[in-house]
Amino acid sequence: MTDATAGKPPRGGQMLAADGTPLKVSLRRAMRAQKLRALLLISPLLLFVLLTFILPIGDMLLRSVENDIVPSTLPKTVVALQDWDPKTSELPGEPVFAGLHDDLVIAVEKKANTRLGQRLNYEYSGFSSLMRGVVRDLKSMDTSRPFMEQFIEADKKWGDPAVWRTLKTFSGEYTSGYLLNALDMQRTENGIQMKPEQERIYLKLFLRTMAMSLGITFICLLLGYPIAFLLASLPLRTSNLILILVLLPFWTSLLVRTAAWKVLLQQQGVINDILVWLGLVADNARLVMINNATGTTIAMTHILLPFMILPLFSVMKGIPPSYMRAAKSLGANDWTAFWRVYFPQSIPGVGAGAILCFILAIGYYITPELVGGTSGVFISNRIAYHISTSLNWGLAAALATLLLVVVLALYWTYDRIVGIDNVKLG
Amino acid sequence: MALPPYATTGQRVWFWTFRAICVAIIFFLIMPILVVIPLSFNAQNFFTFTPEMLRFEPGAYSLRHYQDFFTNPDWQAALWNSVRIAPVATLVAVVLGTLAAVGLSQSHVPFRGTIMAILISPMIVPLIISAAGMYFFYSRLGLQGSYWGVVLAHAVLGIPFVIITVTATLVGFDKSLVRAAANMGAGPVRTFFKVQMPLILPGVISGALFAFITSFDEVVVVLFVGSASQKTLPWQMFIGLREQISPTILAVATILVAISVALLTTLELLRRRSEKLRGMSPG
Repeated sequence: MTDATAGKPPRGGQMLAADGTPLKVSLRRAMRAQKLRALLLISPLLLFVLLTFILPIGDMLLRSVENDIVPSTLPKTVVALQDWDPKTSELPGEPVFAGLHDDLVIAVEKKANTRLGQRLNYEYSGFSSLMRGVVRDLKSMDTSRPFMEQFIEADKKWGDPAVWRTLKTFSGEYTSGYLLNALDMQRTENGIQMKPEQERIYLKLFLRTMAMSLGITFICLLLGYPIAFLLASLPLRTSNLILILVLLPFWTSLLVRTAAWKVLLQQQGVINDILVWLGLVADNARLVMINNATGTTIAMTHILLPFMILPLFSVMKGIPPSYMRAAKSLGANDWTAFWRVYFPQSIPGVGAGAILCFILAIGYYITPELVGGTSGVFISNRIAYHISTSLNWGLAAALATLLLVVVLALYWTYDRIVGIDNVKLG
Repeated sequence: MALPPYATTGQRVWFWTFRAICVAIIFFLIMPILVVIPLSFNAQNFFTFTPEMLRFEPGAYSLRHYQDFFTNPDWQAALWNSVRIAPVATLVAVVLGTLAAVGLSQSHVPFRGTIMAILISPMIVPLIISAAGMYFFYSRLGLQGSYWGVVLAHAVLGIPFVIITVTATLVGFDKSLVRAAANMGAGPVRTFFKVQMPLILPGVISGALFAFITSFDEVVVVLFVGSASQKTLPWQMFIGLREQISPTILAVATILVAISVALLTTLELLRRRSEKLRGMSPG
């Protein structure tokens, strides 16, 4: 078709471009060029984001299941253990112990034994000391005698099938151990089970994070709705002024706002001073409003309120005021007109604001860390703790993975309801 | 929403109650920021108003916390680091972000939704997750604890803001202007700088301001990706708030509030200019 030349009459009523190619082909070619140009413009940024952001997050997700430390430190033992049935109460055979001896000699040389001990200690406490003791034990071992006896002589724990069961369970390249741990579950002989009641901490923390975030979102909605309503119903000049008052906290540094709440809420702080001065609270019974869940809730409500007001306002701006007037002229009282006519139209704004607030709230770190004490901390604080203090990176990655799943589900919902293209700032 | 002359008593009461509620909420929003300002001039090392301050004695106020901020080497190093990191991160975010936004605004972009979702994701993913991911990944590359590691991390966090503001400006952009320029013989580069850029400049600048404030105010990622030699102003404030509470923080806070007021004013002026350029009436 492309060899059609200009001047010939159009075949079968087909439209031709100036150079004689059929219009459709010519258009498609032009579009392809346009698409290519668009992609070329986007590609540097896309690559940049993929490399500096998406890849790190993928790497972290992988880390939550990665377990190469056991197979790489104890290669011979892991191979020899394959024939051992962990369900029996018998110990594995001599080849396993011989393999363990060879592996540990190399591991001690490379000083990898303590790291391995640390890793396995997350699954079975006692491994850490077992692996540290190995350095001394290996020196006194005699290669001509069976290793099984010698290991058990050196440390009774080697004679415990539970130790071997742990080793066998976590000998794969990948493990679900961290993720199970993050869900307060563990792998036992009888399959996957919940941990004992008193050891369950993460599910409780997840639930607390969710419950507090929901509470904060709800308070934000209660406080934000009237302001957005006022902004939408006032004349433009006045509403712009009030909007600036809403935007000022939005633009102020997060740390400044947290510092301000610390100043206000302390026991020797401004609010308590005023209450004491007014005589509402006795001097020796000052309110405890900080370093607990109350502190986190108040400070985070303040921080997230603009994120609720702005989407609400942008939806309410588009509701014609004549609808309310029409409802009233048809006999509705103020409340009915609002509840039956105005409120349903503002629902998209409520949805957008609530999801945005909730997404931001469940991932918060700084404010709970500074004003949350122990009862007001979120799952993020636990993740940070495992990265920088306990150094259990696998567990940190597993907790982060679970949090990410929740956030991405909400992000997807948000995209469905509002569309990410419609996110507006300021 | 003015009160009509025929309003009943109940309506009047509700009208004024509603206004009172709104005033109270706005007070809740603004008061914490305002309370910091007088406290930063406290002559004592207290975090609250002293009786002398309430009696407005001149001796109760002083600039000593500001003096501390400008002479203390810790604070000065932190300020200097912030000033070194934020503009570079902003530059990277704005250049790449504007290019991509121009690409995204063309009419037929394949996988537009997916690309947009990826580019906006740094804003949605909780900071602690971004920080954890970058910490693990950048340590493998040897970028952890380096200046460029922090700059790259901050740039990627600022990108969603640039994309959002610039694509929003491009919605109102008349594409026939580009065709007119091409028609008169201008190449794509020349068209971009001479025709498109001046018109979308307000959006680009407000995107840049957002990216700048994101970096300038960011603490979680820098805590993990940076090392002590990249300690920024927010990091120093974070330490100050967590460990030794010194009123110098309030002086810094006041300075930062002043900066955000300046930024907000700039943005408002830009918004009005952009609306004027698009032929809408200024608010």
